[in-house]
Amino acid sequence: MTPKTAVSLATLVLAAALAGCGTTVPLNDVPVESRQTTPATGGTAAGGAGSKGTTAQSQVATVDLARGASETTPAARTIYFDFDSFIIKDDYKAVVEGHAKALAATRGKRLVVEGHTDERGGSEYNLALGQKRAEAVTRTLVLLGAADNQVEAVSFGKERPAVQGSDEAAWAKNRRAELKDR
Amino acid sequence: MWPRRRFLVALGSSAALPAAAQFRVEISGVGATQLPVVVASFRNADRAPLAIADVVRADLQRSGLFKATDALNALDERSVISAAEWRGRGADALVAGSVSKLADGRWDVRFKLWDTVKGEELLGQSKVVLEADLRLAAHRIADEVQQMLTGERGVNATRIAYVLRTGRRFTLHVTDADGEGGQVALASPEPIISPAWSPDGRELAYVSFESQKAVVWVQDVLSGERRMLANFRGTNSAPAFSPDGRELALTLSREGGSQLYVMPRAGGTPRRLTSSSAIDTEAAWSPDGRAIYFVSDRGGGPQVYRVAAGGGAAERVTFNGAYNISPTVSPDGRLLAYITRQGNGYRLTTLELASGTVTTLTDTQDDESPSFAPNGRLLVYATRQAGRDVLMTTTLDGKIKTRLLTSGADMREPAWGPFSR
Repeated sequence: MTPKTAVSLATLVLAAALAGCGTTVPLNDVPVESRQTTPATGGTAAGGAGSKGTTAQSQVATVDLARGASETTPAARTIYFDFDSFIIKDDYKAVVEGHAKALAATRGKRLVVEGHTDERGGSEYNLALGQKRAEAVTRTLVLLGAADNQVEAVSFGKERPAVQGSDEAAWAKNRRAELKDR
Repeated sequence: MWPRRRFLVALGSSAALPAAAQFRVEISGVGATQLPVVVASFRNADRAPLAIADVVRADLQRSGLFKATDALNALDERSVISAAEWRGRGADALVAGSVSKLADGRWDVRFKLWDTVKGEELLGQSKVVLEADLRLAAHRIADEVQQMLTGERGVNATRIAYVLRTGRRFTLHVTDADGEGGQVALASPEPIISPAWSPDGRELAYVSFESQKAVVWVQDVLSGERRMLANFRGTNSAPAFSPDGRELALTLSREGGSQLYVMPRAGGTPRRLTSSSAIDTEAAWSPDGRAIYFVSDRGGGPQVYRVAAGGGAAERVTFNGAYNISPTVSPDGRLLAYITRQGNGYRLTTLELASGTVTTLTDTQDDESPSFAPNGRLLVYATRQAGRDVLMTTTLDGKIKTRLLTSGADMREPAWGPFSR
């Protein structure tokens, strides 16, 4: 590379850096006859405006969460719901009463009620439907004697089915609220 | 091929068109006129980990605006181009370039774009990139070619986030807009839903069930640093960044039910936006940041409503069908895309807000999670085809669809990232 070309190249690069354009340089100003590889000149940003020197703009860092323990909920702690319904059927009234009494007896006890839906429909809307089911249970628990701060209603929507399948039998097993000790 | 080329040549020679606009062909329905462009394999590409010209060709083709072919000649940015020869071979534009590895391991990517109808050079550039950014460099070349030839900004350098479930493992992926170059942002034993990009493309908000309830997190894409944004009592979900990036709308059950709130991006006290005894969720900001579209079942079944970002009365926006969810607004604010239930199927649909015209875009039955490309020309969505989960893009008229990704695993929740990368 001739001194003159080197100077014009350096000037161009400097101008580009100052202008904040990163390293995209108009080709007609770069001497295309020079085919030797040149080491990087200090101060030129790699990969475009605003990037750190050695971090690719395309980089996506991976966060890996530790495995959690899984548990299946026993039947006495699961309440099933009809399609599109948030009403606790008579079959389950005794279950809810029992838990309410246990909570009333021991004020230190806490319970979380997890609401679920079947797989049909959108994730966020189903999350809200599951929340509605969970709150139907916590409302009843409080009515029957539990303190408000002893219970929390949360929802998994359709994200944690108990049973896989796309028929009414599977759907019925997924429309549920599960009561878990905290 | 022949009829189109004659059409383009005829257009080019029309006296009414100013010379500079010769290539800005009016594309009324995408696919009506595809500009033929030749993209030659880049010199030294065989020594690079990536065939840059292949990526550029595929990008141009996928936009629906071009017919992109190979040169079958060895060409680079220094080549002397005979416009007449290439015109005779059916090309209206030609791209050629080279890649060279520098001593420090970075790559010098150079290319030129020629207009073979006018016989002039339109563009010439040199980029120096890290090897990990070679694919990004190719996407940027495709974007610049598209911009120069059609006046339309391409989305090839943008990214799409989506969630994959394999067995009991959930992963949040970030992939290029062509479905390639996928990387994992989050791996978890519990579900992840509702990824949402910040307007500057630097952060992803999402809902994670890692603590056995729905909590909204915000994660820096480049560094992986994450913070809990909303962990109030009950369920925290459906995060959506405001267009100015300063706030997020979300759905909280902290006061009972599912209601919309707005919070500062850095976290803090949420301001309640809706006050109904129904379910209000799935906030989607209008591009001017002044209104929020959302889903409410206050009228019985879920429908899309709109409320001023500062709060107030909500007005209903969807009137066709009994179940309408997952609204998203086009970047020009004119179109609402959403999912409607028809019979047993869930279909991607658009509503032209000014006229009320409703259009179903697909004939699949399990569509979900539509998201506009930042240039407003395409929608990405998840659906099922032949028993497999797929991520699809479609033009707004539903005519050109591309399958981005196929998976035997459960693949959902695509969110198209912004231009800013």
